[in-house]
Formats: sequence, C-alpha cells, structure tokens
Amino acid sequence: MSEQKIDGFELKPGFKGMASDTGSDQTMFKGVHWGKAMMWIFLLSDTFVFSCFLISYMKGRGSTIVDWPNTSEVFSLHVGGVPVPLLLIAIMTFVLITSSGTMALAVKYGYEKNRKMCGWLIFATAIGGLTFVGMQVFEWSKLIHEGVRPWGNPFGAAQFGSFFFMITGFHGFHVSIGVIFLFIYTYKVFAGHYESKKRGWFTKMKGDYVEIEILGLYWHFVDLVWVFIFAFFYLW
Amino acid sequence: MSDEYDNNKSYQAQSSEVLDGSAGSINPDIDYVRPAEIPEQDLYHAHSFIEKWVFCQDAKVIGVQYFLTAAFTGIIGLILSWLMRLQLGFPELAGFMTAEHYYQFVTMHGMIMVVYFLTALFLGGFGNYLIPLMVGARDMVFPYVNMLSFWMFFVAVMVLMASFFVPGGPTGAGWTLYPPQTILEGTPGSGTGILLMLISLSLFVIGFTMGGLNYMITILQARTRGMTLMRMPLTVWGIFTATVLAMLAFPALLVSAIMMTLDKVLQTSFFMPTILKAGEVLEYGGGSPILFQHLFWFFGHPEVYIVALPAFGIVSDLISVHARKNIFGYRMMVWAIVGIGGLSFFVWAHHMYVSGMNPWFGFFFATTTLIIAVPTAMKVYNWILTLWRGNIRINTVMLWCLGFIVTFVNGGITGIFLGNVSVDVPLSDTYFVIAHFHMVMGIAPLMVIMGAVYHWFPLVAGKMLNETLGKWHFWITFLGAYSIYFPMHYLGFIGVPRRYFEMYDSPYMTSAVGMNEFISIAAFIVGAAQFILVFNIIKTLKTGKKAEQNPWKANSLEWYTSTVPPEHGNFGDRLPVVHRWPYDFSVPGAKEDFIPQTTAPSEVAHTEVEKT
Repeated sequence: MSEQKIDGFELKPGFKGMASDTGSDQTMFKGVHWGKAMMWIFLLSDTFVFSCFLISYMKGRGSTIVDWPNTSEVFSLHVGGVPVPLLLIAIMTFVLITSSGTMALAVKYGYEKNRKMCGWLIFATAIGGLTFVGMQVFEWSKLIHEGVRPWGNPFGAAQFGSFFFMITGFHGFHVSIGVIFLFIYTYKVFAGHYESKKRGWFTKMKGDYVEIEILGLYWHFVDLVWVFIFAFFYLW
Repeated sequence: MSDEYDNNKSYQAQSSEVLDGSAGSINPDIDYVRPAEIPEQDLYHAHSFIEKWVFCQDAKVIGVQYFLTAAFTGIIGLILSWLMRLQLGFPELAGFMTAEHYYQFVTMHGMIMVVYFLTALFLGGFGNYLIPLMVGARDMVFPYVNMLSFWMFFVAVMVLMASFFVPGGPTGAGWTLYPPQTILEGTPGSGTGILLMLISLSLFVIGFTMGGLNYMITILQARTRGMTLMRMPLTVWGIFTATVLAMLAFPALLVSAIMMTLDKVLQTSFFMPTILKAGEVLEYGGGSPILFQHLFWFFGHPEVYIVALPAFGIVSDLISVHARKNIFGYRMMVWAIVGIGGLSFFVWAHHMYVSGMNPWFGFFFATTTLIIAVPTAMKVYNWILTLWRGNIRINTVMLWCLGFIVTFVNGGITGIFLGNVSVDVPLSDTYFVIAHFHMVMGIAPLMVIMGAVYHWFPLVAGKMLNETLGKWHFWITFLGAYSIYFPMHYLGFIGVPRRYFEMYDSPYMTSAVGMNEFISIAAFIVGAAQFILVFNIIKTLKTGKKAEQNPWKANSLEWYTSTVPPEHGNFGDRLPVVHRWPYDFSVPGAKEDFIPQTTAPSEVAHTEVEKT
C-alpha cells in the first residue's frame, strides 16, 4: 500500500499506521468528517437491525409446520399469459442499483463543485428510489389482491406474509426516508446552500458537500440490504 | 502517600519515567503536543429561555434533563417496589391490591428500573454531562441530534406512564415480556398496556441511538489536543464501551418489539405457537416463543453491562481521586472493560437454561459466562489495590465506592452459582435470582450513582452537598439494602418462587412469612432514605456552602473549566491541552499530591510520573 493523504494527513500504511492512528490524540479516524463517522456507526447498528430481522425470518421459515409457498410462482408476473418468475424483482433491483450509481456520480460531482451536475444526479437518484417504492407498492397490492395477508395466505405457511410484509416494509421505509432526504438535498444543491454556507433550517449548522457523501453512504447501504432481502426472499 | 511509609524505590511502578531536569537541561520537546487537527466547533448559542433550558442543545443541560427524567422514573419504580413489598410482607394491609395489580407492578418496576432509570441515567445523564468535559470538547458533536435524543426519551417515558391510565392498565407479563402470554387475554394489560410498552421501548431505542452516536463520535473524533484514548478517564471508557454495546444490542430489542406489536395488532404468528384456549384453537399458529427469548436476551444480557460498565468506570475514577492514588493497572482496567463488553454478546442464553433449548447450548453458555468472571475479578482486585496504601479520605463519596465493591463482589459470587446449569436449574425463578441481580445490577450501580452525585454535584451546581446527611443516606441505604437482599438468598434456597402474588397454602406461607415481613420493613426504610438525597439537594441549592473550583483536587479536565459550573462551550477561549493521564496523584517529588492533566512535563521536573 502506498502512502495516502486525506486532507493533509499523512497516513502510514498497514497495521502500524492503524495502530498509530488509534494511539494518537484528537481523532481516531484521521481527517474523517464527524458526520461521516456517525453514518458509518449508525449503519453498523442498522445492520444489526436487519440481521435480527433476517435471522428471525430464517428461524421462522425453518420451523413452520406448513410448507413455505413456492416463491417463484408467488412472485411471478404474467406476461401475455406466461408466468415469468422474478421479472418485477429484476426490474426493481436494476432500478435500485442504478440509483446507487447515480448517487456515486453525484458525490463525485459534488466534490468537484459541479453544482448543476450534482443536483441533477441526486434528483435522478431520488426518482430511482421513488420508482422502486412505487413498484413495491404495486407488488404489495398484487399480493394482497391474491389473498396474501400478514396473518395468512392461500399458498402455504402463514409466516410467509408476516415476514414478507414486515421486512420489505421496513426496507421500503428506509428507502422512503432516503427519498425524502434526496429531494431535500436536491433543493439545497440547486439553491446553492453549500456555496453560500447557509445555515440549516433545524440544526442551524452550515452545510458542506460532504453531506452528499453521507447520504450516499446511507443510500448504498439500503441497496446492499436489498441485495440480501432479494436473495433471502426471492431466490431461497 | 501517608507519612508512615517510607517511599521506597522498590514499590515504584516499573513503567514510571523519571523526569530528570538536571541543571536546566530539560529537552524542550518533552512538552510537544501535536497541533490541532479539528477546526473549532461551530456552536449554536441559545437566544431564549426555551432554547436555553427546554429545547437546549448544550450537552450539560441535556445531561441534567436526562438525569431528572430518569430520577423521576426511578421514584415511580421505587413506589412500585414499596407496593410489592407491602403485599408480600403485610398482605392484610394491601387489600386494595389484586393479583393483576401485583403483576403489573412487578413488570413496570423491572422495566422502569433497568431501561428507563439506570440506562438513561448512566448514558444519558452522566454520559452527556461528562463526556465532552472529560475529553476536552466544547460540546457533543451533533448538539441538535442530542437534543432530539432527550426529547425522544421524554416521549418514551410519557408513553410508558400513560399505560398506567389506559383501560386494563399497564402490561403485567413480567419485564421480560415473554410471549405467548404477554399478548393473550387474561394477562393484565394485554390490550393497550402492552402496546404502549412496545411503542415506548421502540421510541427509547430510537432516542438512544441518536444519543449513542453522539457519545461515540465525540469520544472517537473530538478529543482535545494531547488526549489519547489511553489518557481518557475510565469513566469515559466505561460509558464508551457501554454505548457500543447498546448500539449493537438495542436492535434486537427493537426488532422483537416490532414483531410482537405485529403479533398483537395484525394477528401475525412470529412468536405465537398453536394455542388451545378453553378447548378452542386460537387464530395463532406456527410461531416460536423461544425466538423471542433469544432476541430479548441478545439485548437483555448486554443491557446488564450497559448499566454495569459506566458504573465500573465511574467508580474507578472516584476511588482513585478519593484514595489519592493512581488507579492500579489502568491499561488492564481498560482492556477488562472492553473484554467484558465483547464477551457480553456471547452469554445471553444463560437466561434460558430452563427454556427447553438444547442442553449443549447450556454447556457453551455456562462456559462463556464463567469466563466473564475473569476480567471482572481483575477489576475488583485493581480497585482494592488502588485503595491499598492510599491516602484514603473516608467521605461520603468513598463510602459509596466501598459499598459498591462489597455489594458487587457479593452479587458477582452468586452469579457464579447461577451461571452453572446444574446449580441454576433448581434456583431458577426463586428469590435467589432476585437477590442476585438486585445486588449486582441494582444496588451496586445505584451505589455508584449516589457516589457520583456527591462527587460531581459541586461541578454541576457549584455547591457542596451536606456530608452529614450524605453519611446518613449511605449507612441507611447500605445496611438496609443488605437487610433486604441477604435474606432473599435464604428464601431462594428454601425454594420460594418469585413473582408470586401470595403463597396460598404452601409451606412457604408459614416458613417465609417472618422473613418477608422483615424484608418489607427494611425496604420501606431504604426507600424513604433515598429522599434524604432529595432533601439534601434542595437544601444545598438553597443554603449550601459554595464550592471552590476543583474541591476534590482531581486531575481530569471537567474540573478545569473556565467557570464553575461550566457554561456553554465548556472551556472559555482556549481548549485545554493534555499532557498526561488523569491519575497522577501523590507523585513522588511533586509539590502537591495531584498533577492536573493539563500540566506540562517541564513544569514537574524531578518527579516520577507514570508514562502514559
């Protein structure tokens, strides 16, 4: 590993470098913005939330007395009378992963102070997130229409609906929160709040383009969680 | 060092470093501290009464708010325990109380004391007040989020208290809230009561997460110049590790609360097996009650250490200051705190030996449980070695610390009994368990809280609490607490089951009745004695002696603020620069018996200080 520089900090490579950072005064993660460190730790905590959900799901699915519904049938879409498994989910996953890409580009343009590009890319990310939530609403209403309920369903074990609605709902809630913040940040970027150092509405703190990266961390996390949910619900 | 002892070379620690300033040849570099990495914090100063005292962003005010709210819930918990003891000791006087009431009081007492009192008081109260001061920061790193954290906690408390007034009353399922009975009809408060409890817990977790992020980032990323991790007071280490535990353990509580809410509201069957009620099969089926127990105790056991670790840290500092001696084995203490924290995630199923899980699990969890005794015992030895040959001031603070050590050892030893499966099984659900956990995580942390209140009150309020009242408070509480919990061990041995409203016609009806009366009387007295502190605080605020700056002659940064009590921003124009650990007491060769953390090495030449 070569010597790296973050905002003027000489970082020594390898384990020795980590030990010297840990043993030093003032900061443990040299040059890392407070908000960014906070988001990483929040995401660690949130990882435990989703892990608890998914482990409960594994336990619940593994110990039901009634058979689990056949997911490739339940989740299939009928295109021209032919059931296509995983079609909707594939599109949803594609949209969400793409929005992660636009988010990463927004961070890049933000740091380059390219305000217009950054704003449009955050906006695109928000639209991607909104599309995802919209498709999730479509999927939920389709399943509800077919008789799937949190307390039971015609296809098999009652826990299928319980876990599905709870976990995808919790994930969808995360996406929705992210979308709200994406729209707020779109506004802030286009209005130039980060250039004029305008103080925030609630926190009264000055903003910076690093906030885009912090929101980006959250957004990538939500994507990553979706990959696990995708694997556990749709492929298992 | 006291005068009787000759300060012999052979007693000195090996890591100590002689600062030899022979004939002005002090190397100027020994005072070097790395330049500031982080820019001055942008602080929002309050402009109105509401911003200053209600929706305040200053961590110190938030700390006091947390403290008072938690103390309020603690008093509610205390009153509930009085009502329980009234029923157990003098049932003829408690005619107004039904069995349902009793279960509700048991449940609410447990939940309030563990979560809303102890956790909030240590992390929210002491954490907010002390972390920025002790690491030399102007405030928490996200003051606005910190404020939200307190108000979220406040709402959680209000929701919890509201459950006393809804139809059916609060939940009476025991503080562990085990399904399926928690949400089934017949359990007190199975309607709105349990729902409010679950909502309140979820709000608490959300509020705590906001606070916890602040505590962690302030400690990791906002220390002052010269403040390395290994120069932090052990209080900060204890609170930090407890916060890490909480950030990783509360998710399990949140998830189990959400799942149980759905079981209750939407009739899902996450935790609900097929249930026959009066010959009828209920709607539920296929769920796993044991899953709830695993989730709950994955939160529940770290929770014990979320309460205990800040207490360990605080008591280390108090003992060191009031014995005028450096803490013995500082690094060992730090690693013990971190080690206990790590191990606490691998012991949860020792709460479930009788749940019917695989016996091999019990073997594994008994082993990990007993391993925790190793770092814990190290800490106890270190406290005692800190006292050894120290210049001990027997004041109120020290009395509480000594009380803590004794109580903690007592509760810890019964923990070794209960950690072994074969001993635990017959003792399960008896008063022995009650005695154990009240000693180890009730009375012991409470003693630390009391000691900490007497220690830091001069900083918070600028006035000294009355020592005489403090000593009365201590002796009544200490002797009284032993009168309550010591006999309970014997009740446990003869097999008296816990959580029973009355003993009906069992043999315990006759054999335990005298002891129960004695315990109840002691409980009334100890409870009443806590109001000595309330009286002491009110009296001191009105007429108390004004405290000088740093009345205990301590070294850590919170005593070196620009004003007492510290104002917003803590340290005036310039942040302090730290040169040493906070435990340089009675240093051989030094003019005074303490060297503040801010003293530069060149100022204390010819002394022998620990290399930190």
